[in-house]
Amino acid sequence: MEFQHVTVKIYVDGEMQTDPAKFIDVFHAWIREGTLDGLLIDVIDYRHVPAGPGVMLIGDASHYSMDNVGCRWGLRYSRKAVLEGSNEDRFREALQSAAKACQLLESHFDADPSLRFGRTEFDLSINDRALAPNTQETLAAFTPELEAFLSPALGHGEFTLTPPADQRSLFGVNVKTARPFDLTAL
Amino acid sequence: MKASNRLWEQRLEGHLPEQLAQEISTFETEIELRRQGKVDERIFAETRLRRGAYGQRYDNGQRHDGSQTRQLAYDTSKNTKGPNTVWDAPGMMRIKIPYGGMTPEQMEVMAELAEEYSDNIAHVTTRQDFQLHFIHLEDTPTLMRRLAAVGITTREACGNSVRNVTGCPYSGVCPDEAFDVTPYADALTQFLLGHPDVQNFGRKFKPSFSGCTQHACGLAAMHDMGMIAATREVDGQVERGFKIVVGGGLGAVPHQAKVFAEFLPVEELLPIAQAMSRVFARHGEKKNRSKARIKFLIKTWGIDKFKETVLKERQKLPNDPRWTEYLNSVDDGKETPLNPPGELPPINGSERLARWLKTNIRAQRQAGYVTATVALPLGDMTSDQLRSLADIARQFTNGTIRTTVEQNIVIRWVSKKDIPALFDALDKAGLGEPGASNILDIVACPGTDTCKLGISSSRGLAAELRSRLAGKCFELDEAIQGLHVKISGCFNSCGQHHISDIGFYGVSRNIQSFQVPHFQVVLGGQWEENAGSYGLPIVAIPSKRIPDALDRIIDHYMKLREKGESFQLFINRVGKAQIRQLLDDLKTMPDHDAEPSFYADWADPREYSTGDIGKGECAGEVVSAFEFAMTDAERMVFDAQTVLDSGEAQKAGTESYSAMLKAAKAIVMIEYDDITDDPDEIIEEFQERYFDTKVFFDPFAGGKFANYLFAAHDSAGTPFTEESARHLIEEAHLFIEAVHSCYNRIRSKSAS
Ligand code: SF4
Repeated sequence: MEFQHVTVKIYVDGEMQTDPAKFIDVFHAWIREGTLDGLLIDVIDYRHVPAGPGVMLIGDASHYSMDNVGCRWGLRYSRKAVLEGSNEDRFREALQSAAKACQLLESHFDADPSLRFGRTEFDLSINDRALAPNTQETLAAFTPELEAFLSPALGHGEFTLTPPADQRSLFGVNVKTARPFDLTAL
Repeated sequence: MKASNRLWEQRLEGHLPEQLAQEISTFETEIELRRQGKVDERIFAETRLRRGAYGQRYDNGQRHDGSQTRQLAYDTSKNTKGPNTVWDAPGMMRIKIPYGGMTPEQMEVMAELAEEYSDNIAHVTTRQDFQLHFIHLEDTPTLMRRLAAVGITTREACGNSVRNVTGCPYSGVCPDEAFDVTPYADALTQFLLGHPDVQNFGRKFKPSFSGCTQHACGLAAMHDMGMIAATREVDGQVERGFKIVVGGGLGAVPHQAKVFAEFLPVEELLPIAQAMSRVFARHGEKKNRSKARIKFLIKTWGIDKFKETVLKERQKLPNDPRWTEYLNSVDDGKETPLNPPGELPPINGSERLARWLKTNIRAQRQAGYVTATVALPLGDMTSDQLRSLADIARQFTNGTIRTTVEQNIVIRWVSKKDIPALFDALDKAGLGEPGASNILDIVACPGTDTCKLGISSSRGLAAELRSRLAGKCFELDEAIQGLHVKISGCFNSCGQHHISDIGFYGVSRNIQSFQVPHFQVVLGGQWEENAGSYGLPIVAIPSKRIPDALDRIIDHYMKLREKGESFQLFINRVGKAQIRQLLDDLKTMPDHDAEPSFYADWADPREYSTGDIGKGECAGEVVSAFEFAMTDAERMVFDAQTVLDSGEAQKAGTESYSAMLKAAKAIVMIEYDDITDDPDEIIEEFQERYFDTKVFFDPFAGGKFANYLFAAHDSAGTPFTEESARHLIEEAHLFIEAVHSCYNRIRSKSAS
């Protein structure tokens, strides 16, 4: 199975203390300074939407957001464009892009109050219902590939994969680790 | 672009209505032709607009980052998708929802599309449509297929066409309506969609239905064609009809609609709409798009001449059974409740629920039932929320949902006994916001967020005002709570600022050699009585001082209001000059160095600039019916070539012949717009008008290319071989080129 359009969300550790309005300034600066790879277009403020995408950084090939979907703040990276290579390449690209944005935010908000992302949980989903319908068959095909990819960084048998409860949701898994992982190792 | 576009095409094959499937494939071919540079960008732009694929801010490939305008590094080796519009730049998809009526299944698909192709937000517009942003052009056919599979079309959602037919979201359940307008709105939608008489407008045409005169749910007075339900008694029988108003509209210069008919029997609704379309297509302005709406034709002619011309046109129309067929079933298929009627159980304690009950519940004409409003902040909701709403609609009703012109969604047929449980379910999904239709429920157009024409941030301002009002809204006087606030990002009025109690629209000013975002304050508009009157701008205030301006206006109203005096009457009594004076000092700006934030817009730290304003696509390019038909003919020859390559000679030959007929019809239409699709008639008219007169004759080849057409017509029905199909494709190419040349000769002759 080909898994394109990988989305990753890394959750904020505990209650977020940062005023989400501040992400607007940071994302604009990222565009201005070309901080991230790829073409970044604009910033959209969705803070008015309850449990919504919060503040979005719209890109040509990918979107980033500090989002509050599910009433939990986190950094979401969502790959829109097709990416050549293997599934493993696509998992890696999404996780590394999300991790890089998290690190940048952590270093930007390193004090008063600081912003810190958790190191024991993230979501990884496939934003394409035709390629990856939310079924047991997809899960059966996906699990070994993701496990093989994650094991070197998270440790063999040291993490769990839980699919979403709602069958209508995008296919994906919530990944929980026994030990904190290193963002740079993803 | 999505990796799964082909998969969806295969998966949905045979599951779409045939006509829609064909239209979408045609659009896909048009995209391919434009990609190869074989269709003019102007024609392609109008083509995609008529399919609902709209442009978005920054799609010209540049953006001001606060200090300078920078090029966005799109792949510019590709063609454009319209004048000054980069192929790869994401755009907006507008999805028509006639009279706002949706099913839970449709909501689920909308949720999937918002998630997979857009930014996880589905946006409800002020004309009951949905809009999804940041969509790539190559993905649009897949979106269209997935929508078509649940009975939704994006056809004619934008461009110079008949836009979404809007209607009261309370039709059929409203205590004040004359009758349920839903089946009539539906019939008009189906009848005009793709109708040949609505393909040659100079601008858009917006119809709307209202069930009564007094409320604002249908906003008939601000539409090109507004229908207000009415009844009369004739010989003891109650007859249904509509008061028809025409030529209303907001935009830069708002026009109140004029009465076309005090009572038009329902049997005449569709033929009159058709006749009106023909008159608009024939006589409406085509060159100057700022004067091309039907309101300008009515202004130039006067309502009497307009009416006379439409009625004459009506008399000439050949009977169409569709005009009245639907009338036999207008009372069939009425919505039914899921649960029996009931009474509201005692409410204990919850202040939030009490507020929600006050603002978000409206009694239905059917005892024991209510309609509940889901107030969407700025018309936005997430995919998860849409799915939850679909579940809730199924749980409490038979899926009876409609979008509203206030960018909300209503759930109809809720049994009163279910109200607390419904509220709990909505609240759990983040949809239990109180304050529907009150001062908190601010309407805003996309503005500088995504609109190419946006001058100031209407959504940024709306979000700011909402967050300031949220804490205190329910402590304010009832008269204040009931005010309507509407915001547009520019004078074009998509946020409907003219018909609010307090409206704002974006402008810019130069201060201390800096550009500064401002909003004009518009007062005196009337929301009720179907948008009964329009407000006027009184003063432009810097964006960052608008919250202060709003506070002052509200305080002033509270202090000086006479008992029971509405805001509109209050403004008329105290006069706009007084309010202007009240706000005058807010015009002053702090120094740039002291308060740089005043020189930026809401929720946008970039130093403000108008450099990102582009050319809008609201109107689309004025592309003549001739150009459209010719593009179609060219596309058909392209298709013929493709099918021949896959070995289908018969299909290729037939398609080439059809392309030649299409081109011949296009040139006949210049002189005779009632030409039908009958091949014999096309050939006869073409021969008489262009061949016998030698108008078509090429200076060198004479009538040679026309003879290709005649020969193809004579041998129609003869089986094609691979060779004969190939020849006909060549001849079709040459004939189409000859039609273009002929058209150019006619145009240059008439110009000289
Ligand atoms: S009012 Fe102006 S800014 Fe708002 S959507 Fe319309 S054209 Fe764009």
